[in-house]
Amino acid sequence: MKPIVRFDKVTKSFGDTIVLRDFDFEMAPGERVVLMGPSGSGKSTVLRILMTLEDIQKGVVYLSEVPLWHERSRAGELRPAGEKYLRKMRSDVGMLFQHFNLFPNMTVLRNIIEAPMKVAGLSRAEAEARADELLARVGLSDKREAYPNSLSGGQKQRVAIARAMAMRPKLLLFDEPTSALDPEMVGDVLEVIKDLAAEHDLSMLIVTHEMGFARDVADRVCFFCDGRILEQGEPSQIFTAPAEERTRQFLRMVLHEAPTEEATG
Amino acid sequence: MLFGFHWDLSSPEAFALSILPILLIGMKITILATIFGFLIAMALGLVFALLRGVPLRAVSWPIAFIVEFVRDTPLLIQLYFLYYILPDYGITLPALETGIITLGIQYSAYTSEVYRAGLEAVPRGQREAARALNLGAWRTYRDVIVPQAIPRIVPALANYLISIIKDTPILSAITVLEMLGAAKIVGDRTFRYMLPLTLVGVLFLILTAVAATAVRYLEKKLPRAGIALK
Repeated sequence: MKPIVRFDKVTKSFGDTIVLRDFDFEMAPGERVVLMGPSGSGKSTVLRILMTLEDIQKGVVYLSEVPLWHERSRAGELRPAGEKYLRKMRSDVGMLFQHFNLFPNMTVLRNIIEAPMKVAGLSRAEAEARADELLARVGLSDKREAYPNSLSGGQKQRVAIARAMAMRPKLLLFDEPTSALDPEMVGDVLEVIKDLAAEHDLSMLIVTHEMGFARDVADRVCFFCDGRILEQGEPSQIFTAPAEERTRQFLRMVLHEAPTEEATG
Repeated sequence: MLFGFHWDLSSPEAFALSILPILLIGMKITILATIFGFLIAMALGLVFALLRGVPLRAVSWPIAFIVEFVRDTPLLIQLYFLYYILPDYGITLPALETGIITLGIQYSAYTSEVYRAGLEAVPRGQREAARALNLGAWRTYRDVIVPQAIPRIVPALANYLISIIKDTPILSAITVLEMLGAAKIVGDRTFRYMLPLTLVGVLFLILTAVAATAVRYLEKKLPRAGIALK
């Protein structure tokens, strides 16, 4: 089966700072991959490139083997893509942000139906039906008419998940979805994400430091360091028997700073 | 006599009553200059703000220069320029129109900064979320950015509305007879300044109070559920 995501020798830099250098990475359809590693190591950049929030300087990124950042000219050569092409490519990808980024000027319902109506062209009734189903799934049906600022952080992130899912993405990106939450809210959000993970045709790429969650949900954990994947494998292997000293160091630090259920109990 | 009204000097009350119609005619000019000057300022300011945001330097730099130039030179100089110097180049406008245009240009430099600050104050994450949902540029502005910028912009614009009301007497420098100018003529001819000037002060106070109340009402009416203003 062809990979849903493929990075082929991708280089990304901000000014003089090179974040990714000749970066290679692949994800199979339906795969759940967790990216871990110290901050500034380029994990979020990988997500942001896939969401077309950051462009790339070199290499090619493929979504289901179609170039994401390049269009093919008539002669078959790759050239940087225009906005029209990017819009088409973006339609299969959704993203969750650390700070949720709900639209504060819209109700919860409006947040969820805005893109299905204005981008996917659904009727209001269809969009609302889809929104209600998703709100029930994230356990927030009663917040339908509420404004985001009246919600807790955990509730906001669950609405954001419903909003992203309403566009029926094939690939969902999570950029530290629980790191801005109070500890008691984290569980609810992770439960919702685990529930989504039960869908077989949804691929997930998750940046998180929640090890217990990663163990439950991930098919593969990639340990990221200095713009490359230092070590990867099944969660049980990475967490219990990491090969690299740098990975061990990081895991010790994460366990020390934010003890998960598994770590404390 | 002014504007066809005679004054009555028999008592202060009679004097006040007799010059009130004169001052109200002047007030009409004040209101006209304010409204049209402010409309120009709001529209031109938006144009400046948007052009200044264009990634092309050939566009944004000249605009930035114009805005700075207008902001940093006195209103009176601009007024004299348009009124006394433009006719040398074949452009002659009536005094009131010249005054309105000058006020509009001067204040557009301020309002363009208000728009710019308002748009930039919308967090970057909002644009990113809109992009992630594949909303187009127009949709993003219409449904996400502008509704969040408006509650930030309106209070600042309101300050300039009040400020422009108070700046209208400067138009008397190019022969526009607005409220204060009319009061001064009455004073010059009767040697009684106290009453006309006091009346004009009160009338200005009424104008600015009405404007401030209207703006406060508008601010309340604006859809800003859940939007933090600070």
